[in-house]
Amino acid sequence: MTATLTNPGAPTSAMTGQMCTFWVDGLYFGLQVEHVQEVLRYQQLTVVPCAPDAVHGLINLRGQIVTALDLRCRLGLPPRPEGELPMNVIVRSRGEVVSLLVDDIGDVIDTTDVSLQPTPANLPPTVQDVVGGVLPLPGSILLVVDAERAVDVSSPDTTGGTP
Amino acid sequence: MDDDAEIVAEFLVESHENLDQLDRDLVELERTPDSRELLSSIFRTIHTIKGTSGFLAFNRLEALTHVGENLLSRLRDGKMTMTTATTGALLTMVDTVRALLEAIEHGAGDADPAVDVESVVAMLERVLAGEAEPEAAAPAAGPAPTEAAPLPGGEESTVPVTESVEDAPLPAAAALSGEPSTLPVAESVEHAPPTEAQFLTEEVAAVAAPEPPEAPPVAEPATRVAAPVVEQPAPVVPVAATPAPPAAPPAPVAAEPVLDAEPEEGRRGVVDSSVRVDVDLLDGLVQLVGELVLTRNQILQRTETADDVELVRASQRLDLVASELQESVMRTRMQPIGQVWSKMPRIVRDLALQLGREVELDMQGHETELDRSLLEALKGPLTHLVRNSLDHGIEPPADRVAQGKPAAGKLSLRAYHESGQVVVEITDDGKGIDPARIGDVAVSRGVVSREQLARMEPRAVLDLIFRPGFSTAETVTNVSGRGVGMDVVRTSIERIGGSVDMTSTVGAGTMMRIRIPLTLAIIPALVVGQGGERYAIPQANLVELVRLEGQDLRDNVETLAGAPVLRLRGRLLPLVSLSEALGGAKAAPEGLTIVVVQADEVRFGLCVEEVHDTQEIVVKPIGRQLKAIPMYAGATIMGDGRVALILDVAGIARDRVIGAAHAAEAEVAVGTVDARALLVLEVSQGRRAALPLTAVSRLEEFDLARIERSGGAEVVQYRDGILPLVRLAPAIGLAESPPTEDQISVVVHEDGAYRVGIVIDRVLDVVEEQVVPTEVGKRNGVLGSAVVQDRVTDLVDLDAVVRPVLAGVR
Repeated sequence: MTATLTNPGAPTSAMTGQMCTFWVDGLYFGLQVEHVQEVLRYQQLTVVPCAPDAVHGLINLRGQIVTALDLRCRLGLPPRPEGELPMNVIVRSRGEVVSLLVDDIGDVIDTTDVSLQPTPANLPPTVQDVVGGVLPLPGSILLVVDAERAVDVSSPDTTGGTP
Repeated sequence: MDDDAEIVAEFLVESHENLDQLDRDLVELERTPDSRELLSSIFRTIHTIKGTSGFLAFNRLEALTHVGENLLSRLRDGKMTMTTATTGALLTMVDTVRALLEAIEHGAGDADPAVDVESVVAMLERVLAGEAEPEAAAPAAGPAPTEAAPLPGGEESTVPVTESVEDAPLPAAAALSGEPSTLPVAESVEHAPPTEAQFLTEEVAAVAAPEPPEAPPVAEPATRVAAPVVEQPAPVVPVAATPAPPAAPPAPVAAEPVLDAEPEEGRRGVVDSSVRVDVDLLDGLVQLVGELVLTRNQILQRTETADDVELVRASQRLDLVASELQESVMRTRMQPIGQVWSKMPRIVRDLALQLGREVELDMQGHETELDRSLLEALKGPLTHLVRNSLDHGIEPPADRVAQGKPAAGKLSLRAYHESGQVVVEITDDGKGIDPARIGDVAVSRGVVSREQLARMEPRAVLDLIFRPGFSTAETVTNVSGRGVGMDVVRTSIERIGGSVDMTSTVGAGTMMRIRIPLTLAIIPALVVGQGGERYAIPQANLVELVRLEGQDLRDNVETLAGAPVLRLRGRLLPLVSLSEALGGAKAAPEGLTIVVVQADEVRFGLCVEEVHDTQEIVVKPIGRQLKAIPMYAGATIMGDGRVALILDVAGIARDRVIGAAHAAEAEVAVGTVDARALLVLEVSQGRRAALPLTAVSRLEEFDLARIERSGGAEVVQYRDGILPLVRLAPAIGLAESPPTEDQISVVVHEDGAYRVGIVIDRVLDVVEEQVVPTEVGKRNGVLGSAVVQDRVTDLVDLDAVVRPVLAGVR
């Protein structure tokens, strides 16, 4: 929230509109509602050994097997404190359904009249990798998640190692 | 003959589908008259119908399609160009074919005089001769009293026209067909060139529109005209997408006469009793049913303890219905293997003619069902094997008679279900496969070396035909022997989770046996527990379960160069800990539960924490984030709704081998006989030597104290016998290492009834790589040196090393 804007302007209208919002490690994120299939409470996870670190496990979404990615890990943020259960933001991407594990769910907000600004350059690269831009809202700054990039987890080169 | 009836039924369904396609193609062709592709497609369709009808002895159908084929081949070769007349003639032919098929379906055979074939044949011939005008075509097709149509000369002279045309007025044919024939259309819409009007909605519109006063009479023909258009599935035919306004209203009406015609039949025709359904839709259904079953399981669990009788009853009904639904939905994906077999008589007949063989084809188990995707995948390999049997198996009649066999060879195809798999056997009584010849060819093609061959069991030699680049046809024939052979067959079968094996007796014949799973969607699997999670191991990979505790464990599991191996009935089985394979810690339990698994040629033991039970699991794909991990084949949902991963046994084997210089490498190779695998040893303090793994029957360690002397040789007592020892280092011209431990490591080599123990420093590794021996380092006992794992390694000439010892024993 303390990030400053380096380059005002350069709006990308493709990433505004109705936003499904959520919190991860105190940061306020938004994802265009078109990408979000549904939001679920914590689901039991099946751990996948040897999977990339960000893959937290698999959940059964009404008979469909969905990979759950931990956004904290994907963003390079510290792990969730013990005992806190994540929520699932179910995202559709390239014909697949993926669950993003987040700390808490916010409202769906309309951001049509706010223009998207580039991600401040001083954010950690892991965050920049996932965030497509920011929306300065009154009182808070919304980091807009690029769904495609968020679910893209490169294969680990640590095959065989424990996460 | 039930078999025949079945074949005919399949022929009908297939032909009807083909004809629908043909209608579309022909219409399309009229727009793009020079499309070679379309012409070829049409030609193939007619050719197929002709071929099968010839086989099934539908002579009139064959005669008709034969002429059509001739016309098409001239069009295809560019000797004639497409005109509306030709299209018209071809469409008339298609309709007549359809009428004949209906007659056949109703049991009348194709000899039904109600269907006028001859005039259509005559018309086609006129078109062929190039004289047909659009106007001429229509009357020719009509009931016009055509005087016995003079056959134009040339290639068509073979078509017999036996019945007089007057006997077969075409309107009758149209009535019988129950479908609007081209003919009444041509009559009623007389102003338009009939052939175009029939199939183009725009034309219909053009005809229908200018004559509003005559609306009622015109509307009638218009409906009939529209009918063929309506029949064609909308998405494929662009015509339907842009209907001219006047033509649109009649369309729904047109559907009615067609529908009305059905009840009169009294029974459902072959064609109407099946519906084509999008496979995606079926897959969706399968998934939904899977979900329903899980929900049912949860409800059942809850109601078991419920007091509400009604609820219990309802849930029991739900249970029953869900089970039946599941079964039915699964069956929608299943198709009888007869579908593939229906093509075999033709293939066999053609090949037999081409190759000058006499063959009796016997097929059993038509009704054996398997998943349609598997059926698709089976087609190619099966055809290939049948061709092979004819080409390489069954001898020419003269040879057979000379050997006292009946002149006609017997080729039998048998399919049946066995323990959740479909087994297909292709058996011939031909000359069989001679291991000696296979061996020679394999050596001459460089598939194996002569030394490797000498050490192979006859069975393993036969297996060489599955190696890439192997083909034994002495002359490259049209049929087989183009170098893409059995390896492709094996690969494609293995890709769908199946296996191919072969038994052959020289002079008596060969049997190829293909085993494939019933379906890829649902498989039986063993559920095991590891680290609090459950994993499914496909039953197809399972060999046996072994539980070892206490003394047995200590006796039978040893660690060789860091790799645990199990002695199982005299063979060494490599062990892989599932925990380690999944990146967990190495466990040191007091008992071992070993699941012996096999994938491809690799057999190994997978040590797991717990074994739960076997159950049918629904295989579901996993996300792309996990695709790169070799250990998992997919995932499934357990009865409690939790996800469980399905292990990919072949993937684990590969991963472990690549993973490090321990575990699986040694195991993989020891467990199987691979002519290329080498056992890499250390001798003479750090020097490396390699032995072919096939020469190693076991690895032993003996206390120095056990070494005794017999004459000049060192021996140990071993397995109720005496094992002569040979120290490898001096035998290959190196210095013997001083004993550092009070044990020696020994590679036991068996040669027939004789055993030799080769004393080494230690086993380093097992590698499976193609090594190229060089002349460097060649000396007595060493074939040469080679680079193995980036280190120079002496390739031991085993014969030279053990010969002196064996000579002493013998």
